[in-house]
Amino acid sequence: MGRGGSRAAPAAAAPPWHALPDEVWEHAFSFLPAASDRGAAAGACRSWLRAERRSRRRLSVANCYAASPQDAVERFPAVRAAEVKGKPHFADFGLVPHAWGAAAAPWVAAAADGWPLLEELSFKRMVVTDECLEMIAASFRNFQVLRLVSCEGFSTAGLAAIAAGCRNLRELDLQENEIEDCSIHWLSLFPESFTSLVTLNFSCLEGDVNINVLERLVTRCRNLKTLKLNNSIPLDKLASLLRKAPQIVELGTGKFSADYHPDLFAKLEAAFAGCKSLRRLSGAWDSVPDYLPAFYCVCEGLTSLNLSYATIRGPELIKFISRCKNLQLLWVMDLIEDHGLAAVASSCNKLQELRVFPSDPFDPAGQVSLTERGLVDVSASCPMLESVLYFCRRMTNEALITIAKNRPNFTCFRLCIIEPHTPDYITHQPLDAGFSAIVESCKGLTRFSVSGLLTDRVFKSIGAHADRLEMLSIAFAGNSDLGLHYILSGCKSLKKLEIRDCPFGDKPLLANAAKLETMRSLWMSSCSLTLGACRQLARKMPRLSVEVMNDSERACPLDSLTDESPVDKLYVYRTIAGPRSDTPSCVQIV
Amino acid sequence: MAGLGFEETELRLGLPGGNDAEEATRSSGKRAFEETIDLKLKLEQPACPTENEEDEEAAAADVIPAAANSLSSPAASVATGGGNMKRSPSQSSVVTAELPDPEKPRAPKYVLLHLLCMPLLHRVMLKHAVGWPPVRSFRKNIQSSQKGAGAGAAALVKVSMDGAPYLRKVDLRMYGSYHDLSKALEKMFSSFTIAGSCGSQGMKGMNETKLADLLSGSEYVPTYEDKDGDWMLVGDVPWEMFVESCKRLRLMKGSEAVGLGHSEGDGEMQEQMLRNAYLHASGISCKDTALLFYVS
Repeated sequence: MGRGGSRAAPAAAAPPWHALPDEVWEHAFSFLPAASDRGAAAGACRSWLRAERRSRRRLSVANCYAASPQDAVERFPAVRAAEVKGKPHFADFGLVPHAWGAAAAPWVAAAADGWPLLEELSFKRMVVTDECLEMIAASFRNFQVLRLVSCEGFSTAGLAAIAAGCRNLRELDLQENEIEDCSIHWLSLFPESFTSLVTLNFSCLEGDVNINVLERLVTRCRNLKTLKLNNSIPLDKLASLLRKAPQIVELGTGKFSADYHPDLFAKLEAAFAGCKSLRRLSGAWDSVPDYLPAFYCVCEGLTSLNLSYATIRGPELIKFISRCKNLQLLWVMDLIEDHGLAAVASSCNKLQELRVFPSDPFDPAGQVSLTERGLVDVSASCPMLESVLYFCRRMTNEALITIAKNRPNFTCFRLCIIEPHTPDYITHQPLDAGFSAIVESCKGLTRFSVSGLLTDRVFKSIGAHADRLEMLSIAFAGNSDLGLHYILSGCKSLKKLEIRDCPFGDKPLLANAAKLETMRSLWMSSCSLTLGACRQLARKMPRLSVEVMNDSERACPLDSLTDESPVDKLYVYRTIAGPRSDTPSCVQIV
Repeated sequence: MAGLGFEETELRLGLPGGNDAEEATRSSGKRAFEETIDLKLKLEQPACPTENEEDEEAAAADVIPAAANSLSSPAASVATGGGNMKRSPSQSSVVTAELPDPEKPRAPKYVLLHLLCMPLLHRVMLKHAVGWPPVRSFRKNIQSSQKGAGAGAAALVKVSMDGAPYLRKVDLRMYGSYHDLSKALEKMFSSFTIAGSCGSQGMKGMNETKLADLLSGSEYVPTYEDKDGDWMLVGDVPWEMFVESCKRLRLMKGSEAVGLGHSEGDGEMQEQMLRNAYLHASGISCKDTALLFYVS
């Protein structure tokens, strides 16, 4: 880079490029936004390492136990935005013991110490307490963005501290958290002089909020772009809120149901008509389709529609979605059924991401007519479709092969056939051929979840073909150790592997121990592992943390258990921080 | 190769549940369990036997390389299992399919009620594995509250335990009896036994057995708030009635529950103690500092 300069300059000229001062490199690296690029640059030589780490502004810690908070803060002293993730993904489904860990407090404390200029903090699947929120409010004078996703441990008291203390707050984004309601009027604590809010998402809050306070807040925050309400806001109040914030880009309506009144309908229709910038819509809509036409004026502009909590079905739903010709993201319940997806296929040709959730996951009968046909139709007609999450009750190899042929551009393919071990419902064969077709055709696949009746054969395909695969989820599949061996000895880019209820044992784990250090984490539950193998793994691989969890009723000190003892849950992750010290009694580090 | 039990790991492309030798080694205690769960797992063999043979030949070439420090104990290689589905003995991934212990109920009338509850227990027995299908708890909660009250709907109630740092939620319809519920609560709150990240003063020095003692003994009293907003002692009414009327559970510390006692089958509560319970209940889970922020 500097060479052209030194050639053109006179004799006593610029230093050779490799001796340029750090500030030059820091400036250069500021043009590398991607963490992986920065990481690669940092590996080139010591001066680049120094320059890169000192100028890093965004830090993403995908596993809060991979490094200690103090190490992170020390190594990257200039961080302004940090994201930390905690519990393993399967915690979402209740498989991880409740007090497993992932406390945010040590990270907040370290950040308060070493990153006084911190502006953004994001926690996912972590335990965030009110004390954490109070500390955040008190420690960072220019704090702007707080994002909490699937967290727990805090209450509206903590939110009150944020509202009262963060003068420059731009985003308060609470997604799917468990928030204890202390009947605190936290919204009132945003001062009257506070106008900087751009994003306000409190959709997961269960309690009431003061509507008048909310209206005043919305009125004075002229830059508000995202507003996601909770269920306590009635429809007529929604209309008046929208009139105060017509510049809104993303709206979460909260509960959207009321008895039909033509006045209210007219109010809503007028309010929506004023929202010319509205692009993303979500909400927990109950089955009152009478109000759907009030939205018609915004349908054309919508790029994102999340109806995954909406229990609307039938022709009104389809009429509504069919008008959304520019949709890129659609999340729905299976109440849309195959014919609804056929309508989506013909109307929404720009669709990039589709998620179909089960309305009644525990009903064995499955009264909803959503089958493989819906997914086939959408994949055939939506050329930009690249991300799918699909819950259904039946599937065939032929359908999957067709889908694979239609859409080789999938990057994320997650299919969940609700009943474990379900075969191809026509041929009664395992679904190996279908899932193999997906992985062979979609060269760019980075996330994959398999289900249904599967033998080791599908894993052979995955291991051999899924070169870009980073995250793989397996449940009730495979029939021997070879299945796991295929995965661990293949899948060059694998970062996260989560397995439950598969007949995989010790051998493939130990044979591929070195692979585990190239991955972020491995979760195995209800497989055929023994404590002896875990001990061996821990001995062999000191930079891995090997955690075993058993039914808490039977928790006893590891030393007293023999090598043959079965291991119910295993979580292995690479770490430079050594074994953690905050394990509850049901978790033991081998 | 001897002693490695290598042959145990050769690929056998049978479907789960197809190997008799494997079944013989399973402990007989799990029999009843398997009969219910394997109703779903036992599937027909694939249509063409020739397909299997080809695969076995091809598979013979695919073997797992022995690890550098390979397993030498034969017992361990047995545990690795052959080509078949092996149920992890802890069975914790599946909601218990065994009939509840015929534990002595609190009062004779509950024996009769257990019999009446059999259909409900049968439903519990055939429930799906824990965490399957993979629907987030957050979504499950929303959907069940959307469904509202009804025979099939979940009966999710908050459970608080005095001294625990945060609350839990349970679906009362997942259980068939007070005994099942108490076992589940025990399991749930026993994970608060290490101080660590919980930082709750009241729970230091706790362990599982002590907790079990607390729950079943006299130090913690399970109470619940019913539809009318009254705080009641858990166990007085028949289980089904309890599930319908319970809005919230609270494991009250013994010192608060003066006079509640465990009088068998005694449905009466003293007014004094009722009042105490109600007063304390209204202050549940609010921090003292919260009062500083209260704006009316």
